[in-house]
This record gives sequence, structure tokens and C-alpha cells, in this order.
Amino acid sequence: MTGRQKTFTLGGIHPEENKLSANAPIEVLPLPKQAIIPMGQNLGAPSKPIVNRGDLVKVGQLIAEAGGFISANIHSPVSGKVLKIDNVPDASGYKRPGIVINVEGDEWEESIDRSVEIKEEIELDGKEIIERVKEKGLVGMGGATFPTFVKLMPPPGKVADYLLINGVECEPYLTSDHRLMLEKGKEILIGTKILMKALKVKKAVIGIENNKPDAINHINELAKGYEGIEVQPLKVQYPQGGEKQLIKAALNREVPSGKLPIEVGCVVQNVGTAYAVYEAVQKNKPLIERVVTVTGKAVRKPSNFMVRVGTPVQELIDAAEGLPESTGKIVNGGPMMGKALTSLEVPVVKGSSGILLMQESESRRKPESPCIRCSKCTYVCPMGLEPFLLAKAAKVGRFDIAEKELVMDCIECGSCQYTCPASIPLLDYLRLGKSMVGAIIRNRKK
Amino acid sequence: MDNIVIIAVTALGGLGLIAAVILYFIASKFKVYEDPRIDEVEEALPSANCGGCGFPGCRAFAEATVKEAKENKSIEGLNCPVGGNDVMQEVGKILGLEIEQQAPLIAVVRCNGSKTNSPAKINYEGATSCAFAHALYSGEGGCQYGCLGLGDCVDACDFDAIHMNPETGLPVVNDKCTACGACVEACPRDIIELRKRGPKERRIFVSCVNKEKGGPAKKNCAVACIGCGKCEKVCNFDAITITSFLAYIDFEKCTLCRKCVEVCPTDAIWEVNFKPRKPKLPKVDATSTKEVTTGKKVVETAPTENSKQEQNKEGVPKEENKE
Repeated sequence: MTGRQKTFTLGGIHPEENKLSANAPIEVLPLPKQAIIPMGQNLGAPSKPIVNRGDLVKVGQLIAEAGGFISANIHSPVSGKVLKIDNVPDASGYKRPGIVINVEGDEWEESIDRSVEIKEEIELDGKEIIERVKEKGLVGMGGATFPTFVKLMPPPGKVADYLLINGVECEPYLTSDHRLMLEKGKEILIGTKILMKALKVKKAVIGIENNKPDAINHINELAKGYEGIEVQPLKVQYPQGGEKQLIKAALNREVPSGKLPIEVGCVVQNVGTAYAVYEAVQKNKPLIERVVTVTGKAVRKPSNFMVRVGTPVQELIDAAEGLPESTGKIVNGGPMMGKALTSLEVPVVKGSSGILLMQESESRRKPESPCIRCSKCTYVCPMGLEPFLLAKAAKVGRFDIAEKELVMDCIECGSCQYTCPASIPLLDYLRLGKSMVGAIIRNRKK
Repeated sequence: MDNIVIIAVTALGGLGLIAAVILYFIASKFKVYEDPRIDEVEEALPSANCGGCGFPGCRAFAEATVKEAKENKSIEGLNCPVGGNDVMQEVGKILGLEIEQQAPLIAVVRCNGSKTNSPAKINYEGATSCAFAHALYSGEGGCQYGCLGLGDCVDACDFDAIHMNPETGLPVVNDKCTACGACVEACPRDIIELRKRGPKERRIFVSCVNKEKGGPAKKNCAVACIGCGKCEKVCNFDAITITSFLAYIDFEKCTLCRKCVEVCPTDAIWEVNFKPRKPKLPKVDATSTKEVTTGKKVVETAPTENSKQEQNKEGVPKEENKE
């Protein structure tokens, strides 16, 4: 790439990319014996089960309804008998409500179009698209799992003029979006068209980092056939895939503190979401499966799997030829933003993008030493915050200072902690500060 | 020369006099009456400014007591837990009121998930903050109700009364406890409770706050309350209630008969400062050999194939590229 590459201007880091599974085509994982479906798979209120113990369900049948406005429907990813509706352990080890289904066969709802043909023509109008997206339980596939239909309905007085499709995948190791762009490029572009129709915007930009030249070329080639869609190659820099960073990089617009992208006329959706929108609108298929990368330096076969939601992580690791002996930590997500798993029985959910097996040697944290005010964390913070100050404020319980210094703007990208030469768990304290300040703000509103 | 001196003295003296007169009238016009007893009460208080009484500091408490005494002729409900009965009697004397004797309280840690009773399945390396760890995951031993052992209660204590026991990984309260309640507030899992100190410091309490059913609770901790209800049946004084698979002993009703301690199948009920019983073995504490065996069983159910493997738990794993 020649010339100045587009990127965001504030902070950022460049960790080793380690995209080990970039050349592994997406494989369809066999069905699990038992599917565990947690009710809290999306940002916002958890869903409410509407099936009973012993019910027979089909693939794609609605099994849980949205539990509030910011919430999503959940459909059965498998066919079989509902074993129990009980508390199941989630990724953090806490027991939260969920549905366990014993898999029997693979019987789909008749209304779902399972043919492989690509359906170009968009028959639904804008309102129907939003209704369909809501009904099929779509959430943001980038990891934040914000219900998609909410993003498609700008608040009154706000108009979107740009749709951004996030194909950046700036997390090291993860390749699920990369493979999806290579293998389902056409579907993603149709999905983008559908989203454009729903939002009534004329222009869409697909942002892809320069470390995926094959995906850039492929999507560029296909995009010629679609009016208004353009591909924007971006410099490799973490966290380019952050919503606000992507807007700054691709459109040079800055989202004000505490505001949503719609404030500057943008809506950002992940490529995975665009694909899910295509399937929901054109094929009437709810969000029941997604691409998950299983990777790590010691993994025998780094792979990308098309997995049904509810499949235990253990099965994914087995499919990648087992757990390496040197594994020290199993991370749900990428190495920067992912959270370590407490058990291998936890299932894949709508927001899982990867399973990273870290070796013992690379997973250990270095012992913490005192802050020397080198300000490296401030330098790399993509939101322009002062992580050392916020972390200290949260540590000593001065949440008033943390709020004043805009802790709520933190996107939890982890750049500060990655850079810190004193190995201070800055992000841990920032997360503590965020949750406490969030609670204080909510109480104030009441 | 003399003239200048006289003029200066009279001018300045006159100015001072006028200012004094003005100030006198202003002072009497805007006078704020403050009950002298507030100062006296404040003097009697321990000046720890710990907030244990529910007021921001001793001065605020003194103001509140004097106000309450003036309005209601009683200061019921107001108590300085740090000063205890002695201080409250003195406060009563200043205010001319009879103060009822209050039973002294002490902070009690209701968790026995020590390293042997609830062995670590995962290894936590994140920030040393219970509040953060509580938001992040269920705990090293797997119990989502149990003590995280990161010492938020120790940090909160102003009286040097609570310390971590490095062997068990649990906090221990000593005699310096004034029942100010700072640790109760600090614990994100509501494990610490203020209970009556009891006669001769004798106490009986359920050392568990796990609300899970028996099976899952026992899976993570050998000494968890499984909600079997044996103690509830054996108690003659209706002091024990079981709600969501967890027994709770009401210290107001408990007569310290120790029957419940004998029947508890998981040793979840603790007796403190009693003389050892004659026919039976003395009550074992957190680290007994019996529990180690049950503890091993838990290790086997750890999620990874390889038993030496450990999973870390931390907010964002830091990648180390150079090995």
C-alpha cells in the first residue's frame, strides 16, 4: 500500500496479528448432543423463555421472547426436546437462566428457505425489514451484541446518511469476519443493500484493514455490481474496529463524548450482522448459527467453524484436534477484549467470535509494580482518556473523579493495559469504575 | 508631635468603637444559637469519624442526638457502635436521658470456603479488588456466593480489626471490631454480617451464604449449607429459618444450645468460644483433614483434561508475543 493509509488519529497500538486461521475455510461443525441456550445473549434485558420442559422444538422455532425494548428474540438452534429450563453457568461462571435442549435429528421450520441460491431481489420494504430483523432475533455480531433493529430506527430528529460495514477485525488471532467476507461476499453485499434500504441511506462504506488484501480485492470486485457501496482499506491499527474509531478513520467524523454514532449521521454494522440480515430477510432464517474461530499458537488445527448457538466450547476444541497440553488459558473472544472462560461446558452464544487457547507461558500476567507516570497509557488511549488517573480513582473509590474524567467513554479496548510497562491491571480498574459510575448514573435518574 | 499622637489615637479609637457597635448589633441580629450540649456530646464520642452510626462523622451524630433529644425526649435508634454502651451512657448523662443498654455487636464472616474446603479451579490474576472480581466471575473455587478473598473488607476497616488469613484465604475478625459496619458495606457478596457478640463472646452462626441447591453447592465447597433442614427441625426456639436452601440463625432467638451444630451434616454451622464438648471431639476449624478428601473430588471435575492445567481469569489477557 502506498501513500497515507486511513486510520483514526488518537492513540492506538499494533499488537502482533497472529491470524493463524486466515486460510482455513469455514467448516460446518456437526450438531452437539445437547444445546445450552443462555437467555442473556444480548446487551440489555435478558429474554424470556416461552417453551416448557418436555416440549419438542424445531430448528428456528421461537423459544424465548425479548424481555424489553433493548432485547432480542431467541430461536432454537437445534431440533429436539427441551430437557430443562434452569440456571446454567455462563462464561463468567455465574449461573443464569437458560434453556437446555437434547438434540434429536435436524428438523427445520418449513418457513425457512434452506436452498443455496443467492436471492438478489429485495422484496420487503424498509419497515418490513426492520420488523423481520427484530423478529429473527438479530444482534450485533461484532461482540457487543446490541440488538440490530434498535440501530435501524434512528431517534426522531436524527437522520443517517452513511452506513458503515465493519469488516476491520482488528483483534489479533480472530479471522471469522475475514473468512465470511471471502466466502459469503455476495451475501454480505446484499445484506448491506437491505440495511441501506431500511435506513434509507444512499451510501455505504465497508471498512477492511490492509492485512486482509484478499478480502479487500474480493469485496471490491463484487461491490462494482452494487450502487453506493464502496470499500475503504484501512491501516492496520488496534482498535480500528471500535465503532467510533472506524467512523473517524473512514469518514473523518468525530462522535461526541457520550453520544451514539447516529449523532454524526452514521450507523455501523458488522459484516457478520450484514450476513445475518441477508439470511433473515431473504431466507427467513433466524440468528441460530455463526462463524467462530478456534485458534492459538499451540492449536493443532486453527480453524473457522460455522457453529450453532448453544454448542459447548468443548466440541469446538475437539474439532480443532483437541486441547494442547501447554494451554494456560482459554479466552472467549480475542486476546485484547476477550474474557477467560471458567469452564469448557459454556456454550457459544450470538456474540462469540472466537475461542483462543493461550499457552501457559503467554497467559501469565507479570507482577504489578508502581506507576511511574510514564503516560504511555494516555498516549495509546484511542478515546483520549487518562487511564492511569481513572484506574487510580476507581481503586480508591473516588468515582466522582472517574465520572468527571469521562470513564464512561472508555471502550474497554485494553490498549492501556497492553502498553503499561508496570503491568498495572488498568483495564480491570477501568471496568470497575465504569460499572460503578454506570450504577451511580442510573440511580441518579430514578 | 503630641497633637499627632492624640489625633491618631482618637481617630483610630473612634473608628474601632463605631465598628464595635455595628458588629455588636449585627452579631445580636444574626445570632445562631447552638446548643452547648452538641460540643459536650461530641467530646464524649470516640472521634473516629467512621460513619458507623450512619452519620457523616461524630459532629453530625452529636447534632442529631441533641436535636432528637430536644424533640422527642429520647434518642432511641441512635447509637454509636464504636463507643459502645459506656459512651452512650455518658451521652445520656449529658442529655439527661436514660439510655437502654445495647447488646454489643461484632462482624461475622459467613463463609468457610477456604483453600482446602473449596479448592481453586481457576487462577485469578486480575486487579486485587473484590468489587471488580465479583462483577467479572464467580470465584476461584467456583462458588458464586463465597468469599473472593481479595480483601475489600480489610481495606475498608478503620480499626485494624479484620485481616486476611493467608492459609485459608478468608478474612478473620479480631476483638478490635467495633461493629461500625464498614466491611459489611464493602463486601460485594454480603458475606459479612453484624451479630451479637453474645455472652462470654459465645456465638453460633451459619458460616455459609450459598443459596444454591444442595448438589451444586456441595460440588464447589465441602462445607456449604445444603439447606437440608435438620437444624431447623432440631431447634426448639424457632431461631432457624431456611430460605432458598440456606439456613439462617436469628441471634435474637438463639439460646446457644448448640443442638444445630451437632446435627449439621456439612459442618456449616459454627460455634465460637465454647468449651470443647466432653464426649465428642472438639469442633474442627476450617482446615481439617476430612475435608481434604472431598476437596480432591472437586479438582477432578475441573474443566480441562490435563489436571495440572489452570485457567486464568482476568479482564483482558495481556498478550506476550515474545516467548
